[in-house]
Amino acid sequence: MSYEFLQNYWWCLIALLGGLLVALMFVQGANLHLGNRVLSDVQKRMVLNSTGRKWELTFTTLVTFGGAFFASFPLFYSTSFGGAYWVWVLLLLSFVFQAVAYEFQNKKGNLLGVKGFRIALICNGILAPFLVGTAVGTFFTGSDFTVNKVAITDPLSPVISTWGNCWHGLEALGQFHAVLLGCTLMFLTCILGALYILNNIDDTQIHSQVRRTVKLCILPFLLFFLCWLVILLVGVGYAVDEAGVVSLEKYKYLHNFLQMPAVLILFLVGVVLVLCGIYQGAFTKSRSGIWPAGIGTVLVVMAVFFIAGFNGTAYYPSCTDLQSSLTIRNSSSSQFTLQVMFWVSLLIPFVVAYIAYAWHQMDRKKITQDEISGTPHKY
Amino acid sequence: MDVIIWSRIQFAMTAAYHWLFVQLTLGLALVMAVMETIWLVKKDEFWKKTAQFWMKLFAINFAVGIATGIILEFEFGTNWSNYSWFVGDMFGAPLAIEGILAFFMEATFFAVMFFGWDKVSPKFHLASTWLTGIGATISAYWILVANGWMQNPVGTTFNPETVRSEMASAAAFWEVITNPVAVSKFFHAVTSGWVTGGIFVVGVSAWYLLHDRQSQFARKSLLIGAIVGLVGSGAVMLSGDSSGVHAAEFQPMKLAAAEGLQDGGNGAAFTIVPGIKVPKMLSILATHDPDGFVPGINDILRGYTDSEGNVVPSVAEKMAMGREALVALSIYRTTDDPSEKAEARYALEENVQYMGYGHLEKPEDVVPPVGVVFWAFRLMIGLGMLIALVLLLSLIAVWKDKLGAWKWLLWAAIICIPLAYICGQAGWIVAEVGRQPWTIQGLLPVNVAISSLSAAAVKTTFFIFLAVFALFLAIEIRIMIRAIRKGPEVEPEKS
Repeated sequence: MSYEFLQNYWWCLIALLGGLLVALMFVQGANLHLGNRVLSDVQKRMVLNSTGRKWELTFTTLVTFGGAFFASFPLFYSTSFGGAYWVWVLLLLSFVFQAVAYEFQNKKGNLLGVKGFRIALICNGILAPFLVGTAVGTFFTGSDFTVNKVAITDPLSPVISTWGNCWHGLEALGQFHAVLLGCTLMFLTCILGALYILNNIDDTQIHSQVRRTVKLCILPFLLFFLCWLVILLVGVGYAVDEAGVVSLEKYKYLHNFLQMPAVLILFLVGVVLVLCGIYQGAFTKSRSGIWPAGIGTVLVVMAVFFIAGFNGTAYYPSCTDLQSSLTIRNSSSSQFTLQVMFWVSLLIPFVVAYIAYAWHQMDRKKITQDEISGTPHKY
Repeated sequence: MDVIIWSRIQFAMTAAYHWLFVQLTLGLALVMAVMETIWLVKKDEFWKKTAQFWMKLFAINFAVGIATGIILEFEFGTNWSNYSWFVGDMFGAPLAIEGILAFFMEATFFAVMFFGWDKVSPKFHLASTWLTGIGATISAYWILVANGWMQNPVGTTFNPETVRSEMASAAAFWEVITNPVAVSKFFHAVTSGWVTGGIFVVGVSAWYLLHDRQSQFARKSLLIGAIVGLVGSGAVMLSGDSSGVHAAEFQPMKLAAAEGLQDGGNGAAFTIVPGIKVPKMLSILATHDPDGFVPGINDILRGYTDSEGNVVPSVAEKMAMGREALVALSIYRTTDDPSEKAEARYALEENVQYMGYGHLEKPEDVVPPVGVVFWAFRLMIGLGMLIALVLLLSLIAVWKDKLGAWKWLLWAAIICIPLAYICGQAGWIVAEVGRQPWTIQGLLPVNVAISSLSAAAVKTTFFIFLAVFALFLAIEIRIMIRAIRKGPEVEPEKS
């Protein structure tokens, strides 16, 4: 296996994990319904228990996504995490509260009360997709960092990757294009969450509420998504030549779509599937919209990662020093490590199979009011 | 205080806090799995309800463990940027294996275990309970492979092209995953988790016996807990012995600090507490030879000849070689002259094993805080032995039917619950403070491993995490105590 093949293979896996993470953020989107005033406390408890049985999957995918980046592209991990400090810390805090909120929420003596933990879940529902989207948005806008490997020999300033400003990532909130992607993801996960609830819970009042949510989110979602897409396609991108020299190129991401038709097809199929899922949830009686919308989300996110990193593109560009930009070639682990990880990754279908089997067994019965009251363990 | 100190304090706090929950998870998972197995074998509902009660406590603890685990993963990148790059290639494979094999196993089967009682078959449920514990244990192995490599960096070479440590062959990977430090650390950490899980079950059961509640449940739980804890204690002692030998071999400064040994020699004595020594015992523990040579702090600073006749240079000499390596690396990375490049590469390869020493300011920097390590070591051993004794006596009390009569033992078991946590923390202090100033032994000191952040930024996140951790701990303890007070509902309560 060539080094290039392995680097590309691992970028594909990162893209897949990124896609799965965004799709699984239906958990975050669904939790926004805990703030729905029309739903009764029992109905909110049904929502909580519905997402409560899946949150660990989303959480584990986030951990694995981070771990996979660390393992396969460590220079990204050291540069972005060490540089865009506050973005990652905020994301972290929102997930940390989410992780305990399920278990603690309805237990007596939890100090913050039911309301406190519900607020934590709702904050996570808004912040997590927004921050992930904005962070990924900087893959196209660029960030303020430099990479200098000789720095490690300097005892006074030994850090290889340094951030150029004291905002440490918060400046991304001022980058209109990156924020558009953050908002897109926020509304997308809200829609996915509603579609998931529709599929997983048997309750007509909840159904009418979540269908209403889907309808309400369609317009902002499409608006943010299309704005982001148009700016992306007509804007400047970060091209890298065979010698590794990075330069600015007009319409770079449009070129990437046109020069990689398979990625364009993947993207379009994904978009169509997401729209089908939304249509099913909002305008038909079908409860299966989560499946096309979820799969479509995975495909779209994968396509976005592909145009960010493939076809001679710097996936984590530096707007301070173009030549510090990170590419699939200059930021990866060694060939041997990627190869070992390649063999390990062949176990993924086995892992997916047992997860699918376990959840098929668990989800055979939909969540109802009776089911919730009769379950020995519940959140 | 500067950014290095704040980054260290923040990471130490997160790691120490995370371990509080991991050690109980590892032990309680085994206890629950054994109980559920008995239920399936005996078809006795009593064991199902018993397992379910401990599962409830497990779930409360597990949530905080998961929440804090991700903080550690993030902090590698956020606070230790250079370290992330330097070790990324070596960590890659173990992390991939941990993620794919362990994380999803734990997450998936925890949900089945917790919610699946009436949704999956009893056998599938039992398998899920075991797989939750096995997933946590596999996860521990791979993270300790990474930690073991930081204590004893085998199987990798420094690549000046990429400026990091890299693995280059299957043999090297094998060396990394069978690193003796990692293997003994794994057994030591996991089985110490069994001790914690065991004493937790024994202590909680003792509380029910003292309050004359749920006596059958308490007696049987206590028996299982004592057995698991005692097996764990035996394994902890064996793996602790090999940890001592490995410290002597790979991290002699850590051992010298743990012993407060200023000047070493052959037939070194073991200090129980200052003023009380056991002749030759340290040499026996460190080398398995009563006359084996154990270097002291001053020997390591000045340089010495070990028992096999190898000359170990002084720290000052290592620092000089390390600086030569750093200069050579700088020239290698910046020059375009091929002959100068070749010369620099040669000089680098000659001195690379001491490269980390080139970043030190003075030889004394290699000495960790001796007092902290010395007393933490004694606390760990003392408490570990006390807990093992209580577990043994608990087993004897069950066997001789003396649980009702030996009330002092029941109190001792309750007191041992917090002591097990202190013992675990002391162990990690020995392991991690004892290897200062290195993040990676001999290669990367803490002052070079950091991110380019201001001290104020790290200080702010430190206090945020401190507040969050304090809040979670307070909630966890309150909920846990309420759940224990409420009881398992296995037997009807006496009015």
